[in-house]
Amino acid sequence: MTLLCAQQLSVGYDSRSVVGNLNFTVNEGDYLCIVGENGSGKTTLMRTLLRLHEPVSGKIIIGGGLKRNEIGYLPQQTVVQKDFPASVREIVVSGCQGRCGLRPFYNKEEKRLAEENMERMHISSLADRCYRDLSGGQQQRVLLARALCATRKILLLDEPVTGLDPMAAAEMYDLVSELNKEGITIIMISHDIVAAVRYATHILHIGSKVFFGTKEEYLESDAGKVFASDDEDNGSAVSGEVGVDSGKAGVDSGGVVVDSGKASDSGRDSMDKNAPRQREGDSEGEGTR
Amino acid sequence: MIEKLIIYLQYPFVRNALIVGMLIALCSSLFGVTLVLKRFSFIGDGLSHVAFGAMSIGAVLNLTNEMLLVMPITVISAVLLLRTGQDTKIKGDAAIAMISVGALAFGYLIMNIFSTSANLAGDVCSSLFGSVSILTLTTSEVYLCVVMSVIVVAVFVFFYNKIFAVTFDETFANAAGTKTDRYNLLIAVIIAVIIVLAMNLVGSLLISALVIFPALSAMRVFDSFKRVTVFSAILSVLCAFFGILISILAGTPVGSTIVAVDVAAFAVCCAVGRVVGE
Repeated sequence: MTLLCAQQLSVGYDSRSVVGNLNFTVNEGDYLCIVGENGSGKTTLMRTLLRLHEPVSGKIIIGGGLKRNEIGYLPQQTVVQKDFPASVREIVVSGCQGRCGLRPFYNKEEKRLAEENMERMHISSLADRCYRDLSGGQQQRVLLARALCATRKILLLDEPVTGLDPMAAAEMYDLVSELNKEGITIIMISHDIVAAVRYATHILHIGSKVFFGTKEEYLESDAGKVFASDDEDNGSAVSGEVGVDSGKAGVDSGGVVVDSGKASDSGRDSMDKNAPRQREGDSEGEGTR
Repeated sequence: MIEKLIIYLQYPFVRNALIVGMLIALCSSLFGVTLVLKRFSFIGDGLSHVAFGAMSIGAVLNLTNEMLLVMPITVISAVLLLRTGQDTKIKGDAAIAMISVGALAFGYLIMNIFSTSANLAGDVCSSLFGSVSILTLTTSEVYLCVVMSVIVVAVFVFFYNKIFAVTFDETFANAAGTKTDRYNLLIAVIIAVIIVLAMNLVGSLLISALVIFPALSAMRVFDSFKRVTVFSAILSVLCAFFGILISILAGTPVGSTIVAVDVAAFAVCCAVGRVVGE
């Protein structure tokens, strides 16, 4: 069943298009990864899908009886959240906000839902801890539990592993993958092209070339090949030093580190004007660790 | 000393001052937590300068009821300041600094050029640092303040969960279908109302202190939003209470004494937070 369908969609700010001519469909149970360089409009696209921006042109058709308040969203962390004095339980239950309408307080069912989702994300033991005292990976799980309170059908994730250490990143991917197996549709923005290819069923590559299709088609496509060869060129330079890190972190997660290193590196090379933004993201990541 | 206090408390003006002082402290601290977390600590300062500017216009125009002018101007400024979506050209802190300094300068300029008062410096000083007006409140002013406070507290309790959601993560709240614009507007309007009311108590320069100190103190000690909010409200009311008592007993200016008590409470909370944290 089609949940979301974009037709000739063009997204951007202030009616200035950042990326255009997007056509894709998301069916129930899909795992779609949106990849592309920094500044290519991935986050803008996601915000448009969430109806936080109006599309510049084209349209988004929402099907399958999906209501606006049934979409779970995991945004990138903001500065405000880093030192926010709130308990994990308070944050998770705030995901039920969309169901409340004007009702001022949460009812029993919503509180139970919050407990359930904390259980699902293995953070029940942290329920009374303060958000600002948690590690980056734990914080992301809290926000994921909150997003799950808002939805049973579809999750939109904006670079969920940014700033996480390799172990935490691998755990995050596993959690998301489990949720997908439970039947929740996933749309994820990622820098990490190898993880994208490993977990996703469909890939949307945006940038100068736009590609949409299954991951098998992507690996055969021009866009996919460009990205992959780009990776090899830049990846060899960093793989040695990143490799040390992954060694510490454990065998399983090793693959993930090297990949994210490559992906962000190729992003930096290909989009010079966005380099400062990339570095900002990096340093933020270190802060969380 | 206790006897002296009991004698003072028999005067209605002292009781009025205590009631109004504690109510304003309560209201400003409730929204203080949100403002501090949204990085709007200075909005109290900015808006109170706007109110000062508006008051000077009112004084020059010889308005009988300045509130009719001051309140709308301050509310509009608050709405403009808090509407800081991603697309504003001037970011929050710069916008506040601009409006704050600009309004202060214009207010003083207008008073200086047009004022007929013999004691200009005294007028400016009392609107900035708080006058003795809290000790000369009329009964109707006290009632006004009580009604306003009840409304502010009721709105805060009713929208508590929404305010939390909007403060913690506006984007998520918006995506989940909460009308964040409306709640930001609500917060802005209430803040403006509190500030205009509070100017009578502590004067425009010290309003920031009432907004931020209790919130920051509570954030040192407590770990959940609910506890931080409740504790900052209690702390703020206690500080206002003791501040006013001390100022009456020692003959010090009301506003600065309350703020001094707030600063002392902050120091205590910092120490407690450090000990508990270890």
